[in-house]
Amino acid sequence: MKVRSKSELDELRKKGWECLRPSGGISLVVGMASCGLAAGAEAVYRKAVEIAGRRPGDCRILKTGCLGFCQREPLVEVRTSAGERMVYGPVASSELEGYIEEWSRGIFPDKGKIGPLPPLPPNPPPTASLLSWLPDHPFYKHQVRLASRNCGHIDPEDLAQALALGSYQGLARCLSAHSPEEVLREVKSSGLRGRGGAGYPTGSKWETARNAPGANRYLICNADEGDPGAYMDRSLLEGDPHAILEGMIIGAYATGSRHGLIYVRMEYPLAIERMRHAIEEASSLGFLGEDILGTGFAFDVDIVEGAGAFVSGEETALIAAIEGRMAEPRPRPPYPAIEGLYGCPTIINNVETWANIPMIIENGASWFAGLGTAGSKGTKVFSLVGAVAHTGLVEVPMGTPLRAIVEEIGGGARPGRKLKAVQTGGPSGGCIPAERFDLPVDYESLAAQGSIMGSGGMVVLDDESCMVDIARYFLDFTRSESCGKCTPCREGLDRMLHILENIADGKGTEQDLDRLIDMSLGIKDASLCGLGKSAPNPILTTLNDFRHEYLAHVLDRSCPAGVCKALITYGIDSGACSGCEACAKFCPTGAISGEKDLPHRIEVEKCVKCGACREVCRFEAIRVGAAG
Amino acid sequence: MDVEALARYWRNRPGKVTGALQALQKEAGYLEENAMNRLAEALEVPLTQLYGVATFFSAFRLEPRGRRHIQVCQGTACHVRGGARIMEKLQRDLGVAPGEVTGDGRFSLEAVRCLGCCGLAPVAVVNDSLHGRLNQARMGRLFRSIEDQDEGTI
Repeated sequence: MKVRSKSELDELRKKGWECLRPSGGISLVVGMASCGLAAGAEAVYRKAVEIAGRRPGDCRILKTGCLGFCQREPLVEVRTSAGERMVYGPVASSELEGYIEEWSRGIFPDKGKIGPLPPLPPNPPPTASLLSWLPDHPFYKHQVRLASRNCGHIDPEDLAQALALGSYQGLARCLSAHSPEEVLREVKSSGLRGRGGAGYPTGSKWETARNAPGANRYLICNADEGDPGAYMDRSLLEGDPHAILEGMIIGAYATGSRHGLIYVRMEYPLAIERMRHAIEEASSLGFLGEDILGTGFAFDVDIVEGAGAFVSGEETALIAAIEGRMAEPRPRPPYPAIEGLYGCPTIINNVETWANIPMIIENGASWFAGLGTAGSKGTKVFSLVGAVAHTGLVEVPMGTPLRAIVEEIGGGARPGRKLKAVQTGGPSGGCIPAERFDLPVDYESLAAQGSIMGSGGMVVLDDESCMVDIARYFLDFTRSESCGKCTPCREGLDRMLHILENIADGKGTEQDLDRLIDMSLGIKDASLCGLGKSAPNPILTTLNDFRHEYLAHVLDRSCPAGVCKALITYGIDSGACSGCEACAKFCPTGAISGEKDLPHRIEVEKCVKCGACREVCRFEAIRVGAAG
Repeated sequence: MDVEALARYWRNRPGKVTGALQALQKEAGYLEENAMNRLAEALEVPLTQLYGVATFFSAFRLEPRGRRHIQVCQGTACHVRGGARIMEKLQRDLGVAPGEVTGDGRFSLEAVRCLGCCGLAPVAVVNDSLHGRLNQARMGRLFRSIEDQDEGTI
């Protein structure tokens, strides 16, 4: 059935709203994005369905995407027919029976309770709007969820629910009331910049492609989210695929494109599955295909699965991969907006960029431009992970101080630890030391620190993270992901990694540090694409702000964070050891000995420094000291 | 398998080479030499290009993997939270390096770049099922439960 009129659309929205808001009994909404699944949401969901089967009419079970608060997964939201909403996590399937018993009587026990969501009104909102999150919870209260507005509210596999929250209304408005030029102008004046990393103005890119000669235009959604430590795009694809599709269709209308492709990395099977389903649903209702919403406009979308290569996120490499070649970048110009896929003008935008478009159309460019800073408009989704108390996906207005993100939303360091830095922008970014956490997070401020916003990865590092090890980690990554086409990147990164490995092994010299800087500058200058040009950033920023850690490795032959294996030994603090024997049981080499209830000891010669003892010790008796 | 039909499906599609290779790999679990020769011909793509792509991307294998495939995430968040130690443990226990298969063909081990479950780091995938918040002890338990399942089926 194709949607042809406003009344048909309203009918669907009403149906979706009835799913979202129970009219009797309670609804349980289980967070079923990949993070939830990794924490055991599948078992929770199955148990919930089983219990609900015994309570017909009283309890309904729904699925949703990512609620963002990974730290507390598996997350379950309970909705009552009075419109109340309460979020719980972590919820174990064994506790579910008891929870449901209480929830259905209107009781919200404190155990596992995260907090209330504002109630759902009796009728769907008239336009796409931002639903509030937990207004009193430190993890949520600073967030403005725009790109991720529907994630965690709707079942991503039920288009009616997305429609109830206003999906495709922006598209309907574009097609019925605006010319492509007007849409283009709106996106341009919103100030939206690409969310994939480079921050290029989206409207300008569209305009270039629209004005480029050629009968055929392609539009690509870059979902090859390659930065390790970043999963914003996965969550959007898994949680609200229609926001991305709607953005693409609007983009196609504005630029005159007929075909769209979504290039998704193969590491995201669930995202691929849900997007495929969303395309089918959108096509069956006439939001995609021929004669969209009866206006004569035509556009289709296909999925291309990536095959595992970091460099294929680079736009010319991505095009090469789609065309069937190795994903090697080529020099630009010509830019893909002029000469891209199969030689045609091609608009390539990142997942989050596309997800922003419908709200810009719905609420207007000036509304969007009112969020953020002078040069960086709107909001940005970040994956706040690593050594931080509350890990999760957060969306905040551009310009939010790093401190607010890490210490308020993220809850600061884990118990007993001390924050050291935040690594932003993945392998192309840098490390911002804790002293500079007042920095506003926007494109310009991060660039001024030698880092980048990148796609939105924020990996928090604490006193247990060694900056030499982090630099080596990223170089190992970029070295092996270098496509090998240009020499500075291929050979230079390899040589730099060799130097860093030497330093980590306690065999480096102070001259090595200068050598690293020289090589970094050369590689940045001479590499062909963004991978090589930015790969030295983690080294340069750590050398600049954490030189003392490098010096400890090369001068004192010590690793202050206790990470670099060649420079540390494991020992047991006999005062703290209870003699519980847990460590001795787990030691893979039998290096730990002692009598029960008496302090144990580690034989240094047998110890392989795997750290298993430290992971299982409940008395913090395992100490890491300097080697030798 | 019908390599020719597969090639017909992919010949004019975007992502034709990676798509066809993935479909081919799904059949046998790896890219078998004979099938590659036939695919190159049917897809009208030089064999060098096919092997170029197959060895460029990490998705493709020219040899079969183990019956139980373990992917350990080596993303940044996992690295910071001990992902490398999980990998080292599996290497010790299985006696293989990442990318290798145990002698009895039961297990293969793979280091993956980032599974995008960073909030639950460190994570691993065992035969398509995700497991988060691991440490060496939990990985050990997970591993033993797999071995127990296998005992039951063999």
